[in-house]
Amino acid sequence: MPLLEVTGMGVDFGGLRALSDFEITIEEGELVGLIGPNGAGKTTAFNLLTGVYEPTEGEIKLQGISIGGKKPYYINNLGIARTFQNIRLFKGLSVIENVKTAFHASMSYGLISGIFRLPKFWREEKAIHDEALELLDVFGMADMADANAGNLPYGKQRQLEIARALATHPKLLLLDEPAAGMNPSETQLLMDTIQLIRERFKIAILLIEHDMKLVMGICQRMVVLDYGMVIATGRPEEIKNNPRVIEAYLGE
Amino acid sequence: MKLNIALILVLFGVLTLLMEIGILNNFHRGLLVLVCINVILAVSLNLSAGFLGQLVLGHAAFMAVGAYTSAILSSRLGISGLGGFVFVLLAGGFAAALAGIVIGVPALRLRGDYVAIVTLGFGLIVQSILLNLGITGGADGLLGIPRLANFNVAFFTMVIVVGMLVALVRSRHGRAMIAIREDEIAAEASGVPTTWYKILGFTIAAFFAGIAGGLFAHRMSVLVPETFSFVYSIELLVIVVLGGMGSFTGAVVAAVVLTLLPELLREFGDFRMLTYSVLLVAMMIFRPKGLMGSYEFSIMQIVSKIKKKG
Repeated sequence: MPLLEVTGMGVDFGGLRALSDFEITIEEGELVGLIGPNGAGKTTAFNLLTGVYEPTEGEIKLQGISIGGKKPYYINNLGIARTFQNIRLFKGLSVIENVKTAFHASMSYGLISGIFRLPKFWREEKAIHDEALELLDVFGMADMADANAGNLPYGKQRQLEIARALATHPKLLLLDEPAAGMNPSETQLLMDTIQLIRERFKIAILLIEHDMKLVMGICQRMVVLDYGMVIATGRPEEIKNNPRVIEAYLGE
Repeated sequence: MKLNIALILVLFGVLTLLMEIGILNNFHRGLLVLVCINVILAVSLNLSAGFLGQLVLGHAAFMAVGAYTSAILSSRLGISGLGGFVFVLLAGGFAAALAGIVIGVPALRLRGDYVAIVTLGFGLIVQSILLNLGITGGADGLLGIPRLANFNVAFFTMVIVVGMLVALVRSRHGRAMIAIREDEIAAEASGVPTTWYKILGFTIAAFFAGIAGGLFAHRMSVLVPETFSFVYSIELLVIVVLGGMGSFTGAVVAAVVLTLLPELLREFGDFRMLTYSVLLVAMMIFRPKGLMGSYEFSIMQIVSKIKKKG
């Protein structure tokens, strides 16, 4: 059974057809790229997969469980985490608090344990503090744990957002234009980070990206969107030579 | 923790001593009870407005629900002891929490300013219900409530409430609430059931407002609906904003200062309200984030700083 199986997914906003008949299958541990010109519906697809919007039609299955139209937190708890095109950190909080917030679902102590500081509270808080530091260490950010998230440099903010997404223990990670606004050396660092995540956490990644060098370089498979429709799927070299893809990007 | 408890007991001891030797008279004592009540109201409103980030304009209405519930219960049941008083206070708190759920569930499913409108409407509804219901005494007010809320009870209730809320905010539940204030969409995407936590925080805030109402009723011994007007809700919001949204220290300090200030400015006579307003405006110009911002006073931090230096 594939990790994620989407069939015939579409959505209307009022009279506007933003996405139609979207299909994608992702196997465990796979790295898939989602590309397309601006306004093609890539982020809309992400928002449908993560429950921000409810699909008008179609089926989304994560490990055989139907998740279409479910609440975002519920979908996250089942194993899909994401980052955002325009970074959404908890800017007023410290780096480590950002990560700890995402451990919410992996903790189980109740309100009473929290308010009266029962042993379960201390045990779980200690455990996630260590786990959060460990996760930050993977990104080389352990020494910034107490810094204010809003004050981090841009590249680090992107990394923190990925770290926060990983803290929810996802099976599938959706990255929405992680290289946007990065310089070449930051992009290189990001590519290394993505490789590292795959090796270390053994999770599948679906990546929206405009930087062709980045996507072609690391993705195993790609899906191309244009005007809300899938126009091509295949390995990077097939996509590169696909006439419909070239037309979508360069015009006739 | 031990240091905090010691500090609180010292403060309590000093205040009691001042009362015993007569430096603080009965008027001051009454004022201090009012300070404690306003502190409870301010820290509870800070949970929903400062930490959860919801604009609540009807906090006094939750206080009213608690005040009338506990007052009616204690008059009907003939409550006189401390045990009975704690019972009616809790009953008032639960009644207010119930009201919080009833209006929180529809209002908090929405994002943005709807909460402000709904809580504003709720405040007006509560006031007109209190005016028109037989059991509340209508416009004549509810009279003859036993005066059970002395300084000791008010002080320790305040300490317990502040302690519980500080602990709550520094748990995974509090973290979830702060995340909602920071970015609701990101919080939900990080696995936090945001609607649930908004309702939870809002209900807890209402619960403690109800407790404060119970104390108020058993201090004044008379309740009239006008007390719990929209203006009072705004005054409480001013305290929270002035103290610093998201700082309990700020809420406590601002509640103490703004409760005592009108009394201290009494000698200015007619200029009293003007001075008060000018102070508020000046405050917002020079410290727009509030007295404390999001800073929390911690005796442990100060001690460790001094140790480092020494």
